[in-house]
Amino acid sequence: MARHQRRPLKRTVRNNLVGWSMLSLWLIGFLVFTLYPIFMSFYYSLANVVLSGSGIQVTYQGLANYRAAFSTAAGFSFMESVVDFAIEIVIKVPIITVFAIIIAVLLNMDIKLRGFFRAIYFLPVIIASGPVITQLASQGATTIPLVEQMGILAFINETFTPTLARPLADVFEQLITILWFSGVQILLFIAALQKIDRSTYEAAMIDGAGPWESFWKITLPALRSMILVSVVFTIINLATFSENPAIRHIKNNMFALDTGFGFSSAIAWIYFLALAVILGVSVGLISVFTREKVRRP
Amino acid sequence: MKPDLKGRLKKLLLGRTLPEGLLGRLAIYALLVIIGFVYMFPIIKMFAYSLKDLADLVNPVVEWIPTKLYLENYRTSLIVLDYGNTLLFSLSVTLVPALLQTITTSITGYALAKFKVWGKRVVFILILLTYLLPQQVYMIPKFVLFDRFGILESAWSIIFPATFGQGLSSAIFILIFYQFFRMQPQALDESAEIDGANPYQIFLRIGVPLAAPAYLTAFLFSFVWYWNETYISSLFLGTNVYTLQLKLLNFQSQFNLAVGLSQSVVNEAIRYAATMLIILPVLVVYVIMQKWFVEGIDRTGVTGE
Repeated sequence: MARHQRRPLKRTVRNNLVGWSMLSLWLIGFLVFTLYPIFMSFYYSLANVVLSGSGIQVTYQGLANYRAAFSTAAGFSFMESVVDFAIEIVIKVPIITVFAIIIAVLLNMDIKLRGFFRAIYFLPVIIASGPVITQLASQGATTIPLVEQMGILAFINETFTPTLARPLADVFEQLITILWFSGVQILLFIAALQKIDRSTYEAAMIDGAGPWESFWKITLPALRSMILVSVVFTIINLATFSENPAIRHIKNNMFALDTGFGFSSAIAWIYFLALAVILGVSVGLISVFTREKVRRP
Repeated sequence: MKPDLKGRLKKLLLGRTLPEGLLGRLAIYALLVIIGFVYMFPIIKMFAYSLKDLADLVNPVVEWIPTKLYLENYRTSLIVLDYGNTLLFSLSVTLVPALLQTITTSITGYALAKFKVWGKRVVFILILLTYLLPQQVYMIPKFVLFDRFGILESAWSIIFPATFGQGLSSAIFILIFYQFFRMQPQALDESAEIDGANPYQIFLRIGVPLAAPAYLTAFLFSFVWYWNETYISSLFLGTNVYTLQLKLLNFQSQFNLAVGLSQSVVNEAIRYAATMLIILPVLVVYVIMQKWFVEGIDRTGVTGE
């Protein structure tokens, strides 16, 4: 007997139909607002883009924009900002990560007013926009008064060579705003800390481990994967912060007379390449240092 | 007897664990308060200075507490920022995209969590890529595209990408929802299916209500991040329409426009007052919803199991 009964679609087919129908909104967006612009951006970077009244004219010209990035004044000043950004990452990421871990450990302890303290330490994430930080910094509100009073800046300028002294002095001058970038990371670390079983600490204590040993042997290893997440988040966060000089170059060159969309696209890709290298090296370093040490019998 | 007393004293002061002992406890509170004060220093200073009049500003004795309650700085800032109108526009490029982005990323996250679709791995890789690839890299063609659509200098240039899950940090929100929906028990969906519900009904009737905390957290974060974003928005919005943040960025010229060059100069008190007014809306939201921000990351399970 032929089966005339209407059978439901096969499970996998139905899954795909329903699943992709729900993914379609994202897919359209990805194609229109991300993939297409990515291709066009790459194309612009290889072209001479001229804005005119009727629209834009794009003529392919090979690697000229990339060459210009390494040989013109605008290019040099961009490259300088990329190097500054790399130095900034090297200095700020460890500060932010260590600070976030310390605060997370403190806030995870059994203390009073824990909710209040957490709220305080997260507050900067809510308000730290580019213009707000710029205003605060320009009025001198982001420098700890003690830094100037104690002559730390003068000391740094006298002891180190200018290339090293400038970034170091910057760190002390902007210490507060640097720390302001650690709000989300603190929460990430607290979440990881809460997954540690309290009995692990008790067992270690019975075996004679103090708080210090417990921190290095239990707490820190438990944070291993979160350190990676936190560092990647920190780097991306700093890389896309609106007052970052490198990305300001990209925008400023868009409407500059001597450069334009083509050149801007090229330096945007160079910036991404630099960012990818920074991310790759950071992730590599962290995985090497936090690798689980295998004990040989 | 002696070692016992010593031991007890040691236990009282140092405790078995750090927060148990008196000394450890004191040290922790001291650290939290001192670092907390340093952390809050710019905000405290901003608030104190925003209430100072000229005499207080130049008076070296008056540091933290102004001699009188002086609100003129705020009045000036309200005028310079054209606060009411600018706030409305700011909300249209923050609240609206935040809401739409939350909806779209939740649907996307749900689809990835619940259905075994072809190309799921590819989609995940692409989503991660959109997180790692800064928008700055491909914003120029977007600018050209939006120019062709005729949506530059309008809120649509911010709202459209958000609607299609390509807004600010969309990737993070998709992953948050993915994690959250994945943790929902499959049995609920199955029982609803047996009762005859179709997949969309299951999503709307079971998935969404159970994910309310994730929705709230995603929406709040999205709102705050849109509020604080100025780089992309200033490119798309141009120099004719300003959000509050963009007015603050160009405060000097805005001041000259509103008050006129002949008037008094912008002193730091006025700038601080303006900055206070910029952070006020998000500050109010934070004070009310603080728990959802701080515990949200935990609750949504974004940290993975």
